[in-house]
Amino acid sequence: MSILRRRKGTENKKTEPEYEEFNDENKKSNGSSRRLRRRRWSCMDGCCWFVGCICSIWWFFLFLYNAMPASFPQYVTEAITGPLPDPPGVKLAKEGLRAKHPVVFVPGIVTGGLELWEGHQCAEGLFRKRLWGGTFGELYKRPLCWVEHMSLDNETGLDPSGIRIRPVSGLVAADYFAPGYFVWAVLIANLARIGYEEKNMYMAAYDWRISFQNTEVRDQTLSRIKSNIELMVASSGGKKVVIIPHSMGVLYLLHFMKWVEAPAPMGGGGGSDWCAKHLKAVMNIGGPFLGVPKAVSGLFSAEAKDIAAARSMAPSFLESEMFNFQTLQHVMRMTRTWDSTMSMIPKGGDTIWGGLDWSPEEGHECNEKKPKNNTTQTAESDRTRKSDNATRVKYGRIISFGKLVADLHSSEIERIDFRDALKGKSHANSTCRDVWTEYHDMGIEGVTAVADYKVYTAGSVLDLLHFVAPKLMKRGSAHFSYGIADDLDDKKYEHYKYWSNPLETKLPNAPGMEIFSMYGVGIPTERAYVYKLSTAGDCYIPFQIDTSAEGGSKSPCLKGGVFHTDGDETVPILSAGYMCVKGWRGKTRFNPSGIRTFVREYNHAPPANLLEGRGTQSGAHVDIMGNFALIEDIIRVAAGAAGEDLGGDKVYSEQEYSGKPEAAYFNVLELDAPVRRCERLALDGFRRGRGRPKKYWGEVIRRDMEQLQLTEDMTLDRKIWRTRIRAEG
Amino acid sequence: MGFFHFLKAEVSRVFQVNLSAIFNYIDCKVRIFGSILQFLEPVKSCSYESTKPHVDKNQENAVSAYEEVSKKPKYKKIKRQQLKEWRCIDNCFWIIGYLCTTWWLLLFLCNFLPGVKVPISPGSRLKNEGLNAHHPVVLVPGIVTGGLELWEGKPCSQGLFRKRLWGFSFAEIFKRPLCWLEHLSLDNETGLDPPGIRVRAVAGLVAADYFAPGYFVWAILIENLAKIGYEQKNMYMASYDWRLSFQNTEIRDQSLSRLKRKIELLYVTNGYKKVVVVPHSMGVTYFLHFLKWVEASPPVGGGGGPGWCAKHIKAIMNIGPAFLGVPKAVANILSAEGKDVAFIRAMAPGLLDSETFGFQTLQHVMRVFRTWDSVVSLLPKGGETIWGDLNRSPEEENVCYSAKNKYLRSFSKENDGNNTDPRRSIQVKELVKYGRLISFGKTASEIPSSQLSFVDPKKFVHEYAPVSSTSCEELLTEYDEMSRENIKRVTENKTYTARTLIHLLRFVAPKAMQRAEAHFSHGLAENLEDPKYSHYKYWSNPLETMLPDAPEMEIFCSYGVGMPTERSYVYKMSPSDRCKSIPLQIDTSADGSHNGCLSGGVYFVDGDDSVPVLSAGFMCAKGWRGKTRFNPSGIASYVREYQHKPPSSLLEGRGTESGTHVDILGNFALIEDVLRVAAGASGTELGGDRIYSGIIEMSEQIDIQL
Repeated sequence: MSILRRRKGTENKKTEPEYEEFNDENKKSNGSSRRLRRRRWSCMDGCCWFVGCICSIWWFFLFLYNAMPASFPQYVTEAITGPLPDPPGVKLAKEGLRAKHPVVFVPGIVTGGLELWEGHQCAEGLFRKRLWGGTFGELYKRPLCWVEHMSLDNETGLDPSGIRIRPVSGLVAADYFAPGYFVWAVLIANLARIGYEEKNMYMAAYDWRISFQNTEVRDQTLSRIKSNIELMVASSGGKKVVIIPHSMGVLYLLHFMKWVEAPAPMGGGGGSDWCAKHLKAVMNIGGPFLGVPKAVSGLFSAEAKDIAAARSMAPSFLESEMFNFQTLQHVMRMTRTWDSTMSMIPKGGDTIWGGLDWSPEEGHECNEKKPKNNTTQTAESDRTRKSDNATRVKYGRIISFGKLVADLHSSEIERIDFRDALKGKSHANSTCRDVWTEYHDMGIEGVTAVADYKVYTAGSVLDLLHFVAPKLMKRGSAHFSYGIADDLDDKKYEHYKYWSNPLETKLPNAPGMEIFSMYGVGIPTERAYVYKLSTAGDCYIPFQIDTSAEGGSKSPCLKGGVFHTDGDETVPILSAGYMCVKGWRGKTRFNPSGIRTFVREYNHAPPANLLEGRGTQSGAHVDIMGNFALIEDIIRVAAGAAGEDLGGDKVYSEQEYSGKPEAAYFNVLELDAPVRRCERLALDGFRRGRGRPKKYWGEVIRRDMEQLQLTEDMTLDRKIWRTRIRAEG
Repeated sequence: MGFFHFLKAEVSRVFQVNLSAIFNYIDCKVRIFGSILQFLEPVKSCSYESTKPHVDKNQENAVSAYEEVSKKPKYKKIKRQQLKEWRCIDNCFWIIGYLCTTWWLLLFLCNFLPGVKVPISPGSRLKNEGLNAHHPVVLVPGIVTGGLELWEGKPCSQGLFRKRLWGFSFAEIFKRPLCWLEHLSLDNETGLDPPGIRVRAVAGLVAADYFAPGYFVWAILIENLAKIGYEQKNMYMASYDWRLSFQNTEIRDQSLSRLKRKIELLYVTNGYKKVVVVPHSMGVTYFLHFLKWVEASPPVGGGGGPGWCAKHIKAIMNIGPAFLGVPKAVANILSAEGKDVAFIRAMAPGLLDSETFGFQTLQHVMRVFRTWDSVVSLLPKGGETIWGDLNRSPEEENVCYSAKNKYLRSFSKENDGNNTDPRRSIQVKELVKYGRLISFGKTASEIPSSQLSFVDPKKFVHEYAPVSSTSCEELLTEYDEMSRENIKRVTENKTYTARTLIHLLRFVAPKAMQRAEAHFSHGLAENLEDPKYSHYKYWSNPLETMLPDAPEMEIFCSYGVGMPTERSYVYKMSPSDRCKSIPLQIDTSADGSHNGCLSGGVYFVDGDDSVPVLSAGFMCAKGWRGKTRFNPSGIASYVREYQHKPPSSLLEGRGTESGTHVDILGNFALIEDVLRVAAGASGTELGGDRIYSGIIEMSEQIDIQL
């Protein structure tokens, strides 16, 4: 506005003298030359003036900004909100805590930076620049090039030829994800206050796109972590390390702990007491031990709550071909080459995540606005809710087609098995050739078959994914497994694909170790989805979340096609807490040496005002890394405290469920209970005749295939399935 | 020694950052506003056109007449005034805008011009030849070039946590200089951290890839290594805190243990292939220290056992090695100046010594320097045997040449490839007495030794002068504790050689030398079997240690030649008698009439701008050649020299054939050598020695028992 006014003023001033010249005849002789000069000035030089003005103002502000003392923003904040509490590092340093145990951070998926080491022509000048993390500048400048470089090879799950993207190493790998968006930075800063530095802090950065074992095969990342931990233990005088994994890093660490003790060719050859010798505590932050439902929707249709909303709001935006760039398909194609996303598919099947009519969280209430600490009210409404069976949310149905189906009782649902459905021929549509998604191979028949099955539970979701993304799942099933082990002593569980599944591995023999599960609660978290068939043409992803499905007042858990439960916005508490609350508590078959486990929950409190940034009491998946209570816990443990010193368990979510603490918080039955064993043996979800259940040969074969981790494609290759059969003995 | 590299870099950096950052930003703005302007311009030109034709003149006259009639009496003056004001400030805007626009235009054109033909980088060329990553590579940076970041500081350093104090922007020097100096200096007694301050080396490749934005150190080498397949898993930057003494890096940070562990890890994870180590500048002596440390037994050493080096190391490619120290370090400790600073001090005596900001730059810098033990490790080693005595020096036949001669010389060298011919063709009038590292007054540096007066430097006694301490409230440097008479007596001993120099330094910087001499030794061993040489203070001195028993290892000395390099100094007493000033300074008025070796109080020899050829090449050319007492297992050593050629145009940046101390890391010939060795080549496959300078003759001059 001011600029415009300024311009106007100058023009007036410029023109006015000219009028005078016209009036004064005497001056006309030399006036013409002046006029010429003026005219040149006013045209071209107006621009110059404008540019110069902007430049000077900018420089002036830059100067002011640079001259500003560093404590100025803090001063302003304190002036408005009152004095801030001491950061936990300062507080504990005053209490006399000092650095004791070396600390290892294991970042999760997405938060670690990736940089380019070798690229194609289009990535010139980006050598050792961050492609992932930082400013993401390249994403906007050359999107197709970026997608090409970030994708992995579809067959091997490793680098495509001629491209090498590698994780950034050092603390910078994941201290800030983008400028100003901290991940580990706050924790690091607080640890530094009590004396930590580069030599006793280590960021175990790894390429989070590839499967865990492949990080060792390609980059020797696991070996490096092992060597670094050994070095830190040695150089700090034999003090064991405290490991702090976050998000997917939790699974990565599980894998590491098995790997390091496994014998050499497949493992790290550290011997069976390596963990006992080197690890003091594992402090899992927001760990998706049992997977996250988000991963399913991510793989199924490359969308989550946020994207689904955007897709429905502006259908043309994400799917536009304006730049010949179909965003979502490209994203989907890229993410499907990342094996690591498959590590987070819900594990434990129906036993953990619930069947058609049952789920461990079904008493959950979704009324966020209700104050959480108002116990009487909660208890009352609990009772009312329990009496009214119809309103119970059937969380077990991770994917249902249509809102109606999501609510109906299982006996009322007509389901047609999709597994025998033939995939249709690809529609030879030349316009979408360049974008590869496997949906094109499915054809209409395949798509409708999927939709006709109506409801998928955690167990059948796996079949669904195998059906819609065979290549991906073929790669993935070689590296990850999602079941529950019946007999953990089975030889097959020595294979590395089971190492990252806590339900199929034993914890190492390290009775002195402690495992903490620390996560936020109090934020609605995606748990199950209502899907619909996409109406758009066949170039698009045929399924999408039905954002019109709203639960209304009857079942407030359903919002925008997503059923919510309690959690930290990404990981439901079931996944984050179950292992520490029950699966590993005491001496169980998953935890033979009786490693002590502790659950530490942090109730979410949003930041009071904008100046607080992302809050010091947040419970959200990433923001929890700035939660002062959590940081304090970590510092105490790093300075030598044990789990009991922290106060043992700290649980907020328990009262919301059954109100019975002794029922241990989830309705999940003991895994070894005979009923559950039957449940696992039973093949639910198949139509059977009356009386004694019949077995269909197709089902039997399928079950065998599942047990042998074979996919349909693999059965076509005799070599592959033969090796499987022999390996299983 | 690179402090002024950094100053230079700083100037260029400030320039670059200001221009590039601001311009980039405004570039975007202008693109947005450009469209607006385009929109406005036609409207504007229309209105001007309408004033032109005579037909409209009446109308305009009427309008203006009306305006004048209505507002004539008072308005006109104001209008004039406004006009003038407008002119004044807006002319500035106009100029700035004009400059910016032309600059952008040029930048824009620059992008679209057919690029200057950049020679294909050695990495891609060797890749096409089929070379691939074979041996893991360890890079050891030198002094000054490694970044340092803050981990714990005083309140004045708020907001700088994990920000670089050393390296990159150096913005904090300007914002809070005293705070910055306080955090970078070490404890004067222990040589470790002062209480409450923790400044640590940056880890990873970022530690020393760029020193300042756009000022590469290792970046080009890393990029070329990456072209043939190197990445983080087989390349490691062994960064360490270069301010500390070498053994202290292990005591405080366990840097040596980390390096050992990393090398072992690289060796194992890359299929049991030995590593190639590439140290630069002071990193060379650091790595020498490491070689001894790793095989020594645990409490002091790393406990790797006698065969460790033979098992893990294939080759050491020393770049710009300062094996025998650099004379620059002497001037640094004595008066915190080198060639460049001395010049500034002479030109603008008020600038550096001014108290305008309550900040006596040089004194502060000196105080900080003296807390850094590592500077002492760079003092000339080997005494008069190596560096020459009062009358003779190994380099005395060195020919100092003007720019023209240099060109001729390098030209003729290319023609006949023999380095003795051009040397003879130029008449040598008088031999320069390089052995006199410090002389007080120009005449003292030239006259025969018989005419010199001597004072036994051991007789220097500290007499604290109460007079001076009353006038100076704050003691900044140790000079303030000395009386002027004491210093006068120092200057009475007119010349100092490498041997007597140590006494001088002990006198003027007692604390620094006392501290540092527990960690470094600068002598020449008579008998290497003497058990005292197992102490760690001898490990970084190649003349007082034996190389490890690793006959298959190879040692390369790669350095630039053809740059005049500081070798000895002409000093004078500083004229000012104020307290808080450094009493000694380089006599910049001393210019050599003969030979051109003396200019601005400094005698020059051949070298790479920082390290004289003698220091860089002697060990490889003679000290370790064949089986000697310093090299009992007969490790093969090679001298690889790179003739300096300045970049032919500004667009080339720092050149691809540079031979200067840091820029040589961008020298294509050197990079090719490193790549070939990393890919498996041995020294003989590279072509053995490659010598341009007179290092062989110099070495022959040195009478040393081998």
